[in-house]
Amino acid sequence: MDMPIPNILIWFIFLLPLASFVLISFFTKPILKKPRLSGYLTIGAVAGSLTLSIWTLISILRAEGHELVIPDFNWLTINGVINIQVGLVMDTLTAVMLIVVTTVSLMVQIYSQGYMHSDPGYHRYYAFMSLFTASMLGLVMVNNLLLMYVFWELVGLCSYLLIGFWFHKPEAAKAAKKAFIVTRIGDFGFLAAILLLFSQTGTLDIAQIHSLALTGAIGGTILMWAAIGIFLGAVGKSAQFPLHVWLPDAMEGPTPVSALIHAATMVAAGVFLVARMFPIFEHSPDALLIVATIGGFTAIFAASMGLVMNDIKRVLAYSTVSQLGYMMLGLGTGGVAIGIIHLFNHAFFKALLFLGAGSINHATGTFDMRRMGGLRKVMPWTYFTFLIASLSISGIWPLAGFWSKDEILVSTFDSQPVLFYLAMATVFMTAFYMFRVVFLTFGGKYRGGTSSQTDTRPHESPMVMIIPMVILSVLAICSGWFNVTGDFGHLLGHGAEHGFIEGFFGILTHPLPWISLIMAFAGILLAYAIYSKNWISATKVRKFFSPIHTMFFRKYWMDELYEDIIGEKILNKGIFARLKLFDSKLVDGAVNGVAEAVMTMGRAIRQVQTGQLQLYGIFIILGVLAIAIGLILWG
Amino acid sequence: MEVGLEHYLILSTVLFSIGLYGALSKRSAVVILMSIEIMLAAVTVTMVAFSRYIVPTELTGQIFTIFIIVVAAAEAAVGLAIIIAIYRRRENIDASKIDLLKW
Repeated sequence: MDMPIPNILIWFIFLLPLASFVLISFFTKPILKKPRLSGYLTIGAVAGSLTLSIWTLISILRAEGHELVIPDFNWLTINGVINIQVGLVMDTLTAVMLIVVTTVSLMVQIYSQGYMHSDPGYHRYYAFMSLFTASMLGLVMVNNLLLMYVFWELVGLCSYLLIGFWFHKPEAAKAAKKAFIVTRIGDFGFLAAILLLFSQTGTLDIAQIHSLALTGAIGGTILMWAAIGIFLGAVGKSAQFPLHVWLPDAMEGPTPVSALIHAATMVAAGVFLVARMFPIFEHSPDALLIVATIGGFTAIFAASMGLVMNDIKRVLAYSTVSQLGYMMLGLGTGGVAIGIIHLFNHAFFKALLFLGAGSINHATGTFDMRRMGGLRKVMPWTYFTFLIASLSISGIWPLAGFWSKDEILVSTFDSQPVLFYLAMATVFMTAFYMFRVVFLTFGGKYRGGTSSQTDTRPHESPMVMIIPMVILSVLAICSGWFNVTGDFGHLLGHGAEHGFIEGFFGILTHPLPWISLIMAFAGILLAYAIYSKNWISATKVRKFFSPIHTMFFRKYWMDELYEDIIGEKILNKGIFARLKLFDSKLVDGAVNGVAEAVMTMGRAIRQVQTGQLQLYGIFIILGVLAIAIGLILWG
Repeated sequence: MEVGLEHYLILSTVLFSIGLYGALSKRSAVVILMSIEIMLAAVTVTMVAFSRYIVPTELTGQIFTIFIIVVAAAEAAVGLAIIIAIYRRRENIDASKIDLLKW
């Protein structure tokens, strides 16, 4: 691997999973009808992409300026005016994203071999998963806003298909629709921003737009609105307040899909987009403030809902929303490096948490934590890996989550004190709800799984599911260490470098990490007191905070607000009803009116046709006479 | 008084007008048919008169007249057949009541 990666092979990072999708859809499914082959094909393709991604990363690290230059080729020319080039941007940001996407995707695909083992939609599942991975890889590699938008929508489409994978379940179909429509609201902002930037600069090339923003050729309000539009797209995709409502419902898909959506593909796209377009945000302080505020608010807002959910996947979903809020906060206050490092770490432990939840579901047949308990003994591997991921997400030193969360807290402390306190409170809540899950699921006694499974004992999942979890748990421990020396952040343009040991322990000499560690341990302790030892009764706490509990549990009535008030009352019964009235009365009225007028005229005029041939004859004679007289007089 | 072309044409005009009046005003289909025959006769008179006075050596008008008589005979046969058919259906042959050809 000493030689730099050939350009053509870089294209294959994205083309391999795409080829796998095409082969499964048109060859192995309809012709060969061998389900196993589809699975192996996808795993092979993603493994190939992972290998190429690692090679790319090494090449980029060795390249001058940490960037590979890939020649563009013309895609389309309109009237010789609009000239759209297709090309790849190969910098450190892309390389990091490639590693994240391919690693998590590969682990999820292997895990799915066990989880989706006997599902009738096995082919379809792997075909969509391949396409999903391919779209995300395309999204992170392209250098052009138009193509990026195409991949952006493809990612949205794939998540729609996969959330609604069990489309025969009405909830799944509804959740898929919801995800698609809600993210579409954000996509509108992204599209508007693309059009705005194009109308102002005449180019869709990201690097050119960046250099124009740097030189100040575009700036002021235009740049701010473009940044806000782009951020709106990210808000939709990354499930930030107020468009976060789709992500918790996206639980209806198969659990490995959730792992992929939450860790590497769908929601990471939004954070990545802001990172990719960061120069635009950098020159618009207002937009940056919006990013940080929305991020910080979402972090605590989602965490509060995560405190009370009973469905394990729902807790994890709210934790994703909350962690994405952290990433946005990091981007808004500290820059690309800080947000992306958290994305990088989060991808591994969040994928692991979801795979763990899937493993638990595999054993107990339910996602309801009230029916679990005592799984520590029967599922040691799942317990162990889940515990590591929980510690990591809670930000316990020296696991991965600690390092990136610390970076975010430091940069927030420097620039936005109010958001810093929110973020600190979120650290406490994160630790609490994660360990609530751990104690409810693995501690205590088994509470029965599904009603039909009461007499069968839960069992550990097969090796094909455990191995990816173990690999991910290693990453969940040490993915943060890449940044201990500041190397990782430095590559993304941030921070100073120092020695590993010095960084590893030196961080504990600062007061800030200690505060966040104390908050996290307090959260864990409270969860332990309530859910493991019953020192404090959970029901009493719930009664004491009854109104707040109800508010959290009903998700701040956001679904009701969107569906009943905005969707039903304002849109359906308000605006749409008026538009319908306009359509039925005015538009239809005009069309029907013309027809009616012609009918009435016809009814009057047809009286002339009496059917009396002799009368016609008289008129013919009169006509002939008139012509004859006319000819005689003037002829 | 010398009988000239004008006299024949006047006779023909009078005959034609009588026929036309009958065809347009009479109720009975048979009378209408007869009126049409009168109009045809008026035309034949004109033909022969023109032929006699303008090209006396040729018999073009007379030949045409023969044709018209033959066609008139055929027409009368067909017309009467139609009238009989209508009569069988409707028990009368009042032309003003035969008005299906309307909206």
